[in-house]
Amino acid sequence: MAVTNKSVDVVIVGFGWTGAIMAIELAKTGLNVLALERGEDQDTVPSFAYPKVVDEIAQSARNGLLQNLSKTTVTIRHDKDGRALPYRQIGSFKPGTGVGGAGIHWSGVHSRVMPEELRLKTHTLERYGRGFIPEDMQLQDWGVSYEELEPHFDRFEYVCGTSGKAGNIDGVMMPGGNPFEAPRAREYPLPPLKDPPTSVLFAKATKELGYNPFPLPASNASRPYRNPYGCDLGPCNFCGFCSDYGCINYSKASPQTTILPALRAMPNFAYRTHAHVTRVNTSADGKTATGVTYIDAQGREVFQPAGMVVLAAFHLHNVRLMLSSKIGKPYDPNTGEGVIGRNFCYQLINSVNTFFDKQTYINPFMGSGGVGQAIEDFNADNFDHGPLGFIGGGIIWGRQTGIGPVRGIPLPKGAPTWGSGWKQAVKDNYAHTGRIEAQMSNMAYRGAYLDLDPTYRDAYGEPLLRMTLDWQDNDLRMSEFFGDKLNAIAKAMGATSASGRVLKRGDHWDTRAYQSTHINGGTSMGTDPKTSAVNKYLQSWDTSNLFVLGANVFAHGIGYNPTGLVGALAYWAADNIRSKYLKSPGPMAAV
Amino acid sequence: MSDTNRRAFLKGSVILPPLAALGVSSASSQQTPAVDELAASAPAAATPAADDYKPTYFTAPEWAFVQAACARLIPNDANGPGALELGVPQFIDRQMGTPYGDAANWFMQGPFFEGAPEFGYQSQLTPKQQYRLGIKAIDAWCAKNLGRTFAALKPEQQDDVLKKVEAGTIKSDEAPLKTFFSGFLLKNVMEGFFGDPMYGGNKNMAAWKLIGHPGARADFMEWVDRPALYPYGPVDLHGRQA
Repeated sequence: MAVTNKSVDVVIVGFGWTGAIMAIELAKTGLNVLALERGEDQDTVPSFAYPKVVDEIAQSARNGLLQNLSKTTVTIRHDKDGRALPYRQIGSFKPGTGVGGAGIHWSGVHSRVMPEELRLKTHTLERYGRGFIPEDMQLQDWGVSYEELEPHFDRFEYVCGTSGKAGNIDGVMMPGGNPFEAPRAREYPLPPLKDPPTSVLFAKATKELGYNPFPLPASNASRPYRNPYGCDLGPCNFCGFCSDYGCINYSKASPQTTILPALRAMPNFAYRTHAHVTRVNTSADGKTATGVTYIDAQGREVFQPAGMVVLAAFHLHNVRLMLSSKIGKPYDPNTGEGVIGRNFCYQLINSVNTFFDKQTYINPFMGSGGVGQAIEDFNADNFDHGPLGFIGGGIIWGRQTGIGPVRGIPLPKGAPTWGSGWKQAVKDNYAHTGRIEAQMSNMAYRGAYLDLDPTYRDAYGEPLLRMTLDWQDNDLRMSEFFGDKLNAIAKAMGATSASGRVLKRGDHWDTRAYQSTHINGGTSMGTDPKTSAVNKYLQSWDTSNLFVLGANVFAHGIGYNPTGLVGALAYWAADNIRSKYLKSPGPMAAV
Repeated sequence: MSDTNRRAFLKGSVILPPLAALGVSSASSQQTPAVDELAASAPAAATPAADDYKPTYFTAPEWAFVQAACARLIPNDANGPGALELGVPQFIDRQMGTPYGDAANWFMQGPFFEGAPEFGYQSQLTPKQQYRLGIKAIDAWCAKNLGRTFAALKPEQQDDVLKKVEAGTIKSDEAPLKTFFSGFLLKNVMEGFFGDPMYGGNKNMAAWKLIGHPGARADFMEWVDRPALYPYGPVDLHGRQA
């Protein structure tokens, strides 16, 4: 090996949300912490400053803030007998890159998790019985409870300056909030954002239909705010450049706006960019991580020794590093044995464009990533699944995220795709078009998993991660149920017509059009090393000084956006490392 | 940024960034950022559509095709100028000279296999190659079946050819024409029509005016809760108003 760096106490792979959280929480103990980031350094000024960043060509059409797939990507197939093909262009999901990671271009929707989802297997058996679970569905409990995580959800929301309205404070129901909300210790740090036209129509319609609309929690600040790290957020101005974009106003919570100003000031913390980690190095018996190997900007292989390793990259890279470092037993879909790559899940999205008459102005160019009204009447187990016969649920929302014309102008069914008829249609419809969506859980199945591709390699000579996943009957029947709800809501909103995409039985995962970056699972957390890669503290069962963060630790998919849970789990892991692990290094959970 | 633009930007005679974007509200930037940071926040120099544009990538026959196709995909009609008038052919030609033209950010390692459409783009052709082979194949089909190249056909004939390419009924062994049409030609025409004028299309922000899009205004604090006609015209990335 050409280069060996000076050893550090903690090396963190990836410098997005979870890397920044772990870095500041561990640096506060006085440990020497180093974060390695494969991408560029970037900050609000100049990287996301107005006017440069509000450029649809650079950001949305050319994916300026996303992972450069020429360096590394994944391969995808629908089933284990198919040939996996590379994800050559950005489509159905959008991994980020650079300092801040996907925390730069996310929308800001900031949810928690429903308590029963963390113990879904137990809960389902209790309420519906064993016969209700499809034979190939791999339900399992996560090993951590909502009550244990609540202070960490709270912590992350107060770091992000989340705008919302509590529905349930310590069991007391709060008018105006989400009546299905799990108990929270206190109100959101900021009041809800102003409602744009789509959200007003959605709230009115869902109320008329007997549902329970509430303001979607958004980490887009509704007021000026100073967080517990002393970082300041400015109010969101609904600029309309949110998802795909860095925030021009210090309004959208990101590592840059909420953590890095405080972290950068700590002398025992450092970060290095253009450091692409290819391996976690381990001792001969595999029980101890000795550091990581990365490729630097000059293409040199560098060994970074460390007393503790934290995987905090995006989902895809965390799972691949576990596989390429040979930590934990790879999952085998034929036997169901092994844990790395197991329970790979995604999310289903039904998206319905609602078209209104010429007197109804939506002005879709205004908006914010997280702003909207939502209902949870059909999320998690908030409704009786018994007569419906499927497991899972989702959140339905009328968000107004900001849509410019390069991102695509939705048109009613049957409208021409070009020519004078198309031109007339975009002129007539653009200002009067809204969008409502259902975001639904994708359960874990025996045949859906991640492993290393046998054919394709990336620019560093490493095998690509291979995804094997398709929509299953349970999930598609759920999607059809949600499609009916969406159409009824669109009608109640007064839409003159609707178009869009509702996943139905017979549909396959289509990797071309964007739907959701919420891929999850693959290094599941849990109580049993036979079915999970990490314990409830996100500590590797096999290598006790290795911690694995990110949505890859989800045991199965959820209907909510994952960032709130991913952040809370990072705080939970950091808190337990500080209070337990550092005092007594070694396995933290009994097998 | 040209010197003129830089001066205009610093004098505030172009649209001003929101105060927060200047860094005054973050602990990371309590001090006023240096001037070079302001410059770094500015977009690249604008090169709007020029009347005397000469293509850099496209050959003369290809240029004739691109111009003719633009004129049919978004025609000049009762609703105002079309893609040709707004400079979209220039946009496309210039995009071929960017990293996009060479598919620089796509995974382009082999082996290449055909797959179900759900698996997305699986060709080894870059955007530049798509145009080179796609135009040649369409012109060859037109010459063989209609006796002229695409650009020399009547508008109705051109529409008919484009519809057949879009539907996949005109095929070629030399180029994946259906993919060329939807994944490149039509997509790039839309990008050029609606993108910022600095890239060469959307001349005078006419496409934004057509649909009521305010361009780079990016500040709707006082308007987001008003379901009414937004009263202001568009502004581009260099602060020009239309």
